[in-house]
Amino acid sequence: MGDHSVEALLRVGDSCLVLAQRLTGWCGHAPALEEDIALANIALDVLGHARGLLTRAGELEGAGRDEDALAYLRGAEEFRNLLLVEQPNGDFAHTVVRQFLFDAWTAELWKGLAESSDEVVAGIAEKAAKESAYHVRHSSGWVVRLGDGTEESHRRMLAALEDLWPYAGEAFLDDEVDVAAVEARLVPLPSSLEKPWRARVSYVLEEATLPVPPDPWWQRGGRQGRHSEHLSYLLAEMQVVHRAHPGVQW
Amino acid sequence: MYTQGLDQADALPDEELSERFEAKVAAEEKVEPTDWMPAAYRTLLTRQIAQHAHSEIVGMLPEGNWISRAPSLRRKGILLAKVQDEAGHGLYLYSAAETLGVTRDELVDQLLSGKAKYSSIFNYPTLTWADCGAIGWLVDGAAIMNQVPLCRCSYGPYARAMVRICREESFHQRQGFEIMTVLAQGSPEQKAMAQESLDRWWWPALMMFGPPDGESVHNDRSMRWKVKRFTNDELRQKFVDMTVPQAHFLGLTLPDPELSFDGEHWTFGEPDWAEFKRVLAGDGPCNKERLAARRDAHADGAWVREAALAHAEKKRG
Repeated sequence: MGDHSVEALLRVGDSCLVLAQRLTGWCGHAPALEEDIALANIALDVLGHARGLLTRAGELEGAGRDEDALAYLRGAEEFRNLLLVEQPNGDFAHTVVRQFLFDAWTAELWKGLAESSDEVVAGIAEKAAKESAYHVRHSSGWVVRLGDGTEESHRRMLAALEDLWPYAGEAFLDDEVDVAAVEARLVPLPSSLEKPWRARVSYVLEEATLPVPPDPWWQRGGRQGRHSEHLSYLLAEMQVVHRAHPGVQW
Repeated sequence: MYTQGLDQADALPDEELSERFEAKVAAEEKVEPTDWMPAAYRTLLTRQIAQHAHSEIVGMLPEGNWISRAPSLRRKGILLAKVQDEAGHGLYLYSAAETLGVTRDELVDQLLSGKAKYSSIFNYPTLTWADCGAIGWLVDGAAIMNQVPLCRCSYGPYARAMVRICREESFHQRQGFEIMTVLAQGSPEQKAMAQESLDRWWWPALMMFGPPDGESVHNDRSMRWKVKRFTNDELRQKFVDMTVPQAHFLGLTLPDPELSFDGEHWTFGEPDWAEFKRVLAGDGPCNKERLAARRDAHADGAWVREAALAHAEKKRG
């Protein structure tokens, strides 16, 4: 397995890790107790997906890096996550829109990864697909409830969509790493997931009485290690204890 | 449902109902929501279950503070699951309290207005990663000591909620002890972190059992109605007896020079009850922050709850 395989797995694994880190910020602060539980549950699932994929990426890399070495000892420029997931939690509408755009993507992604030539990846994806099916139901439910709720919730959802939509398209932009990983049958081609993703997004937004925004210039670069200003802060917080005590057990 | 029970009960004179109730409790039968119960029993249970629920919810904050900085992904997952469990405990307990005729909204309002109390321990700050270990080991350990007898509480819904909660609490205690074990056997810095954390949490953990028996206001009635099975001092002693050997196993020193073994029990020094009263009265290091965090979450979430209700109305309409 070459570098492109490691890179391709990190693109998914890092996206899951960074989103899990963001979601944990709601724990104890959600709009209702039931939602504290739900968001923590989703964060736990997504963290689990990240752990599986980072571990596998480390094994394929063969340099002795485990999930923690990859999570805690890389800088922002070495992370390969989508820009979408590093965007701040904002109000609950922003968290819901970010989650929905992500869930609608992973719902398709895991189906493709379940066909991976790498059996470990296929196994992770098969389990993740079941969990993501629940996640996308949950986030779609909130998109509809808040989009078609009160005037205020509708307005907040419009604002969140406007802010986050430019980050939605990065997941579907192919580059040479993807093409090489697709040749090895490790991952599905990113652009191949766009059509079903759009179908779901359009359907849910319509039910939510929210317009599908026009396609902007898609913000990009996260999958190649060029991030927004937010990621470095997120990692600084996540990594602070681990880095202060090099080489110990926890 | 319980008003129906009251209607039936109205047919009988209070004295007879009260006698029946006392006999039922004495016979270790469970009191259920539809049963007649003295107003004072209802008040006692409502207050205790609500305080317990509030403690779970406020208790999410000190440890929640460290989820983002947990030093390994495994620890992050475990801590997140633990804090999530606490939210779940809050839910079961609010539901148990609702069977006594109050609503969750009323109880939450009492918490946010500062009228209702919660466990004083959560007004202390979590300053290092080791605090997640010390809280699991000591705070959850003390909670289990308090809560296992509640599984036999005379009020059915509370007793049943406690069975499930205690199972999860024992997992919490084990994960805390495991964190402490790894730190105590780790680098000199890690061991120092564990010791420093133990130094801060030991006395507040002992205070979790409440004031000494002589000063405890509700002890007699609570015991007679089998809400409480052991006194504060009995439980505190059990906790100390259990915990001292664990500290020895870890190679950590408990911050009590008076600690000694009398052949049967560990005798220990007096907690600083003046501090306990101060923290209960609102002057602990984090009282203001904890309540502010709950108030902010409630206020920031108001539009979400309103929208969810409005949407549900539209769908019904």
